[in-house]
This record gives sequence, structure tokens and C-alpha cells, in this order.
Amino acid sequence: MSVETPVAPDQLVRDKATLLGFHDVAMTFPNGTVALSGVNLTVGRGEFVSVVGPSGCGKSTLLRIASGLESASDGTLELNTDHIGYVFQDATLLPWRDVQGNVELLAELAGRGPKIRREQAAKAIKLVGLEGFEKHLPKQLSGGMRMRASLARSFTLDPEVFLFDEPFGALDEITRSRLNDELLRLFAEQHFAGLFITHSVAEAVYLSTKVVVMSGRPGKLVGTFDIPFPMPRDPDIRYSPEFAALVGEVSHALKEAHS
Amino acid sequence: MATSTIESVTAPARRTVAPKTPRRKKSAIRWVGPIAVFFVMIGLWYGLSAIYAAKDQGYFVPYPHQVLQALTDPDTFSDLMDALLHSTEVAMTGLVIAIVLGMLWAIVMSQASWLERSLFPYAVVLQCIPILALVPLIGILFGYNFQARVIVTILISLFPMVSMTLFGLQSVAKQQRELFQLQGASRLTLLRKLQFPAAMPSIFVGLRTSAGLAVVGAIVGDQFFQRGNAGLGVLIQVYASRLMGPQLYSAIIVASLLGVLVFVVFGWLGRLVVGRWYDFS
Repeated sequence: MSVETPVAPDQLVRDKATLLGFHDVAMTFPNGTVALSGVNLTVGRGEFVSVVGPSGCGKSTLLRIASGLESASDGTLELNTDHIGYVFQDATLLPWRDVQGNVELLAELAGRGPKIRREQAAKAIKLVGLEGFEKHLPKQLSGGMRMRASLARSFTLDPEVFLFDEPFGALDEITRSRLNDELLRLFAEQHFAGLFITHSVAEAVYLSTKVVVMSGRPGKLVGTFDIPFPMPRDPDIRYSPEFAALVGEVSHALKEAHS
Repeated sequence: MATSTIESVTAPARRTVAPKTPRRKKSAIRWVGPIAVFFVMIGLWYGLSAIYAAKDQGYFVPYPHQVLQALTDPDTFSDLMDALLHSTEVAMTGLVIAIVLGMLWAIVMSQASWLERSLFPYAVVLQCIPILALVPLIGILFGYNFQARVIVTILISLFPMVSMTLFGLQSVAKQQRELFQLQGASRLTLLRKLQFPAAMPSIFVGLRTSAGLAVVGAIVGDQFFQRGNAGLGVLIQVYASRLMGPQLYSAIIVASLLGVLVFVVFGWLGRLVVGRWYDFS
């Protein structure tokens, strides 16, 4: 596989149950900024973990370490798969490629043949509901559809660990909640392990099996909430008093961490 | 799936319907202005010619119809077309070399910041050298014909290619670069599949500028290096020294048309190649 992880081999600890684990991970940038300190977090198959925290608290740094874009300055990263999907804040589609070409990109970079690529792309495009838009250029798509194409692109690599860096932050509320439903459906179908960064508490509670709260710099995990709602999740759960109570609890913890 | 159909019906349909009617209306208005200005300028030209004619210096500013007569005169016309051909040859040869050199220079600079720091100052220096100051030297070193003209053309048209290609290669968003990095893409893949396509719009902007400058270079080169096949610059000097007013003006017009043509063709080429996804306006 082609995902490179610039973590020293001795940093890799093998564990079957956990797909992705941070053990006492700290991140200090060369300029002295401490972005993360003492982070312990594991994500297993069938788990969807959201990290909530204010902007600039180092949430994204977690994903950058997990994906190998940065290496932690201290601690251990445990990674038991090399099938990693990364969904950026922007759709990051190539404007000169149509939807089909964009969705094929990662498989193309992984060196897969054109026939396999086309099949995988067709499957992924169907998965996110973009059939009929294969020949459309990114500029002809709405923000929500662009994000769908971006998701489809990641799905072509059959990720076991899916990293989401505030993917729906720039979308309007209606599109966002629609894509939340889509993501839940995909999660139920595809059995990946998800690590989702957001600053919307409601989104975190709705999507996740576990929500962790992060404090400001240096980023530390200051609270963990298990979300008890069953997994093919009923969209109406968002209007239940239990849901509201959980959102309240998480928000309270978030507020406490930053006061 | 119900959700996507709602998005899918509204989004593309809006695009195809909306812009048509206003664009058609605008196009009529768009042409009226430039045409009016053209006739005003011709009018001013007649006025100016009349003033000079009154002073008995008609050959300085001949009447537009005299210029038109000279331009359509078979002998002058065939001289002009020969010269046009030779100037175009010089301009295009120089331009092609400038494109290749400029893009290579920019690609090398885009590979590492120390390379950019080492090489970019010289691109700026090149831009700052008054090329006319170099012209006699070029004549001594490379002779006074085709080769020397091409070198002047290259020197004049190189900088926009270097700077616009570099700008384009560096315009790639950080996250897009990281997307490739996550797949372990090599420098060559990154260049071929991300940076180079992303740079195409600015490369074409540079190309259009360089092409215009290449025409300038060919004509400047002509005026200094008069051996070999005469281009428009040579012809312009000959007509000027013989006080052949109408012929001089028609040569200037042909040279200007070459410049305009080159500008239009390369603009059109740019829209043809990247207009599908990039909006130049």
C-alpha cells in the first residue's frame, strides 16, 4: 500500500482490537508551540469517535499525526492498517478533472490499472449518490456534492480508518445534516473506524459512538462521552430529550475546559 | 436516494438556463463602443493629415486612404508579406525557445526553496537589463542575421514565461499537495498530475504576454541586424529613411496586426485548453 507513515518502526505497536491508537502523544512544533500533550485515544473497528474543541486547539494535528503528514514529537502512534482515508476540510477536488477523474485519483496514484480504477470509482460514486454526475466538473457542483465526490474518492481505497477534518464545516445547515445522515449510512455499511473532528457538539453526538472533548492549547482530552444510541441511527433522535441532554453535557464540559 | 435527487435537479439546471438571455443582449452593446472609437480615431487621423498636408509635409502623416492604397498596392503588399513572414518566423522561433527555457527554469525553481532563492534573482536581473544595451554585443557574438534576431527575441520574451509558470506551479493549495503526499506520490507525479495542470491558466497568461513581446523582439532585432532575410523592422527603416510615408504607415499597421493576432491567437488557445474549467475573466 502506498500510505507512508513516517513513524519509526519501534513506535508501531500491534494490537488487533484497536485500529488507531494515540498513546501519550504530544506535539511541539519547532517554533515552540505545544499543540498536543499527553493524548490517549483509541479507535477500533465499528467505532466512530468525534473530537470537539474550539478552533486552534490542535484537533487537526491529531489527524495529521494519524495520517503521517506529521510525526508526533513524543509518545506512540499505533496504527494497525495502512488503508487510511483522509477527508479534508475542503473537498480538494482537482478543478480540471470531472467527478469520475477526481474519484479515480487516489487509486491512480496507488498505481491501479484503468479498468479497476473505473470499477472502483463507479462503485464509490454510487455509494455517495452522485450517479449521473460523472462528467460534471467541480465548478458545476454544489458544495455538498463536491464533498460527496471527495468522500467517494476516499472510499476507492477501502479505508479501514477514516479521518475527517471538519469536512462539513463550510456547508450550510441543511446540506450538512443531509451529509451527516449519509455518513451514518456509509458507516453502517462499510464498517470503518472513524475519527471525526468538528466544533459542532450536536454533529459530534449525532454521528458518534464516542465523543471526546479537547481543551485549548496545549490540546488535552478532558472528557469522554459514550453515546448510547443504537447505530443504524434514527434521524429523529436529534429531537429527543435524551439527545438534548447529552449535547448539553458535552457542551458543558467543553465550556468548562475553556473557562 | 432521495436527498441527492433534490440537489441534482436544481444545481446543473440553474447553470444552463440563467446566463443565455443577458449575454446576447450585451454582445450588441459590446461592439458599438469599440467601433465608434475606431471611427473617431480615423477622423482625428484625417484632421492631423490635413494639418500636415497644409504645411506641405504630407509624407509625415499621410491620409488613411493613401495608406490603404499603399497597403493594397501589389508590389508593396508582396514586400510586406515577405517581411511579415520573416518576422513571424523570428518571433515564433524565439517564442518557442523562450517557452521551453522559461518553463524549465520555473520547474527547476519550484523543486526547492534554495533553488528558487538561487535562481529567481537572475530572472529579475534579466528582466531589468535594457536589452537594447546588449544588442551591439549580440551582433558581435552571433552575427547580424537570423540567429541574432532570435536571441534578442528570446531575451525580451523570456521573463513572463519564467515568472508566470513559477507562480502557477506554486499556486497549488496546501491540502491538494497533502492529498498527493498521503499517497506517497513522487515529485514527478506531483508535477505531472497536480502542479502542472494547476499552472496551466497562468502559463497561458504568461504565454500571451511573451508572444506579444516576441513580436516586439523580432522587430527590434530587425532594426539592428539587417543582414539575411529582411523582416518588418528592416522594411520600416527603409521606408522611413526614404520618406515613403504611406508605405511606412502600412508596414507599421502590418506589424501591429501581427502583435494583435498573436495576442488573440494565444488568448484563444488558452481558453481552448483550460477554459473548460478555468475562467480567465
